[in-house]
Amino acid sequence: MAGPRVGLFITCLIDFFRPSVGFAAVKLLHEAGCSVEVPRQACCGQPAFNSGDRGDARAIAEQVIAACETFDYIVVPSGSCAGMLKVHYPELFRGDPNWQPRADAFAGKCFELISFLVDVMGVTASSAEFAGTVTYHDSCSGLRELGVKGQARRLLATVAGLTLIELQDADVCCGFGGTFCVKYPEISNAIVAKKVANIRASGAGTLLAGDLGCLMNMAGKLARVGSGVEVRHVAEVLAGMAGEPAIAAPRERKAVTTP
Amino acid sequence: MFASIRSALGVNGREAPRRKEVADRLREHPTGVVPARGHLPPAERVTLFADMVAAAAGTVTRASVENVPGAIAEFLRRHNLPLSLRRGDDARLAALPWERERTLEVTVGPSDGRQLASVSHAFGAVAETGTLVLASGSDNPTTLNFLPDNHIVVVDAKDIAADFESVFAKLRARYGERQLPRVVNMITGPSRSADIEQTLILGAHGPRRLHVIICN
Amino acid sequence: MSETATSPHFKENAHAALADSELQRSLEILETNFIGRRKLVADKLPEFDALRDAARDIKNHTLAHLDLYLEEYERRVVAQGGHVHYAVTAADARAIILEICRSVNAKIVTKGKSMIAEEVGLDDFLTAHSITPIETDLGEYIIQIRHEMPSHIIAPALHLSKAQVAADFRRVHTQLPADRNLEEPQTLLAEARAVLREKFLAADVGITGANFLVAETGTSIIVTNEGNGDLTQTLPKIHIVLTSIEKLVPTLEDVSEFLRVLARSATGQEMSVYTTLSTGPRRSGDPDGPREYHVVLLDNGRSAMLGGEFREMLRCIRCGACMNHCPVYQAIGGHAYGWVYPGPMGAVLTPSLIGIDKAGNLPNASTFCGRCEEVCPVRIPLPKLMRFWREREFERHLSPATVRAGLSFWAFFARRPRLYGFATDVAARMLALMSGARGRFHWLPLARGWTDQRDFPAPQGATFQAQWRKR
Repeated sequence: MAGPRVGLFITCLIDFFRPSVGFAAVKLLHEAGCSVEVPRQACCGQPAFNSGDRGDARAIAEQVIAACETFDYIVVPSGSCAGMLKVHYPELFRGDPNWQPRADAFAGKCFELISFLVDVMGVTASSAEFAGTVTYHDSCSGLRELGVKGQARRLLATVAGLTLIELQDADVCCGFGGTFCVKYPEISNAIVAKKVANIRASGAGTLLAGDLGCLMNMAGKLARVGSGVEVRHVAEVLAGMAGEPAIAAPRERKAVTTP
Repeated sequence: MFASIRSALGVNGREAPRRKEVADRLREHPTGVVPARGHLPPAERVTLFADMVAAAAGTVTRASVENVPGAIAEFLRRHNLPLSLRRGDDARLAALPWERERTLEVTVGPSDGRQLASVSHAFGAVAETGTLVLASGSDNPTTLNFLPDNHIVVVDAKDIAADFESVFAKLRARYGERQLPRVVNMITGPSRSADIEQTLILGAHGPRRLHVIICN
Repeated sequence: MSETATSPHFKENAHAALADSELQRSLEILETNFIGRRKLVADKLPEFDALRDAARDIKNHTLAHLDLYLEEYERRVVAQGGHVHYAVTAADARAIILEICRSVNAKIVTKGKSMIAEEVGLDDFLTAHSITPIETDLGEYIIQIRHEMPSHIIAPALHLSKAQVAADFRRVHTQLPADRNLEEPQTLLAEARAVLREKFLAADVGITGANFLVAETGTSIIVTNEGNGDLTQTLPKIHIVLTSIEKLVPTLEDVSEFLRVLARSATGQEMSVYTTLSTGPRRSGDPDGPREYHVVLLDNGRSAMLGGEFREMLRCIRCGACMNHCPVYQAIGGHAYGWVYPGPMGAVLTPSLIGIDKAGNLPNASTFCGRCEEVCPVRIPLPKLMRFWREREFERHLSPATVRAGLSFWAFFARRPRLYGFATDVAARMLALMSGARGRFHWLPLARGWTDQRDFPAPQGATFQAQWRKR
């Protein structure tokens, strides 16, 4: 008898920019004993929601719920998208006699990937190996909307060869904020510059987090300032799939350089 | 304005359940969350109070009634201040054995800004935060708390309560339900400011020094 | 006053703030002082989170019964010999205060710190009517002599260095020797103390704000560290309390809850130095104190907030914790927000008071990181309220046309998963090809804001959906 049926909600950023994270998520879910399907929906509707466009956000949410509500769990490799599905979808349908119960039931089944593995599937260790020093950024939505904090650190601690260095101000925003970095790029840059200073000061060779938006923002700044710190999604390391070129890194694998 | 408030709330103001809720709360003044911190046996409570005063940059000493004038004189000498003091007509201060410190010149009344030191008797104190509670009136004029550079406050050990609520209850008992004196000052340490580059400096507009004498 | 708000120029303000190295240096202090101290003092009190819940509940209860508590409050104030004046608009408040000042031919008015006074533009108004207002809170005094607005609701002069303050004191205190040493904060404070002491004693009227109003006893409460508020309200003939309707709290026990979270959230102190409860004018037997006590209660849009989706904002106790912890405020400081109230609480409150058309940038300039809500002592859901403003803007078509167009374009595809899947696969592969072996873009049209200062990571190639369907 197969384990839980999981619908992997791939998220628009992973779908478009870094599918390897999706495949890492699939591997982790298989290893935990789940069967995995991928519904066609890519976007949770958060860009519309955060821009005040409730109409489009609702329309997208209805599609997502309809496509995913039959799974045992809906797992999302992103804190902010998971937060959208779990916390904000019920808000979108509050008071609607048809949709509210469906949204509430749906939300109850939604989880961010790492916290799902640890809190629901009881995963306590990773079988991966990773020779290197790693530092971890707490993405805001995952942290504050969903309470995702210790789970990734606990699993990383079991990765053979990996040394985890705590990042100064790990729980401070990186300045991505979805549409924010596009509408207020100067302020976003000032915030990510501080984050990058902390990352470099940590001395770690690799930066990890659970949200691709944050990761792209930090990777883009690290690259611009000439830092050699590699940036990956935490799922890649935990799944032992950290061989792909890092985010914003050149395609050909060069000789390993120190940051 | 009441019309716009009422229309915003969707009420007419005459609804009985609402009026009752408000009347009940005002009459019963239920106690909320009270930190356990100050709830210690009397001796420990006094020690906590003294520690909190010191943490707020006040100075503390303990004295029996007959030694209070001596303790005051000692404070003034230690800071090279003239042996002159103003107080209100609080009976407890009046009853102190001032004759044991004859060089100490004590005048009675509010401050006009020219006195360097004043002494008040606290109504009570709160161990939870090291706070003194003083009530206005001719017994302890408010200006004595703020104008002189050096403020000395005598507080009876038995009046050091665990929490704010206990002192408020005492105020009600003394001044009546729904009443308070013109001013109640809750004072925690000497005056300070951090407005210049967030550097903490004592002696902004109020007293530079606060000296507490816990009287047994 | 709202006419002087520069909130519509938020982006330009922010740009200037980011380039201002003095300001940036000053803002660093904020991070090391306010944030660290709050955490220390909150961790030392096991009941801290329960107190926040209690504070929120008391405010909610009070707001739901505000009309009745206001009536009780007024009754008690009058019973003690005080006067209560209702000011629906900022202009009403100014007129009432002017009349009270004129009744004693006031020439000098000392002021304790009051955000409401800033909100209604009181200082300029009094000056225009030949009355001299003197700010006595050191931070407010410093910005008064610079003709600036406060940049933080607790530390109004946060944005200034001691050198800047020294320069201003030299410029204004011309009665003192020009070559005096003003190197250290201590000497600056001593000078301010001496200069202001004279004013305290000369003032005809003293105006303070109120952190809380207690309905049970008809009491106004001010919370200060300097003692300036107390000298302001005790020495002159008249004490005016300029405050707003949502400051009301039912009982002394209720106020105890707030006193436990206010100073801890604001400055990381267990208690502010002076918490003063004032009830009416001088009593018989009082050797000091004001002869008249007036409370001016301002509405200025608050009763409207009571009936709508922004009611929760009325719980705010003006502690400043939200702005201390906000990455946007930390980057640009308070003046960029353009009006009296900066940071997250300013982003929610300002549009209610001066209009979303003027203040639209404020609730939009947020990453929704949620740190503000995390530290708010009365648990105001600030990001959610900011989002409500964005919804209002969207409904009223106030967001820029380019944003709406972009959103429409994206939403068209997002609502059609198959079409979306096809289009994104094409686009991702094209971008991957364009980036070649570099793996990133140094420059990308339509993404100038990003690529001006950051590289843009390239897609890996075919989308996940496309690859998955092929398996």
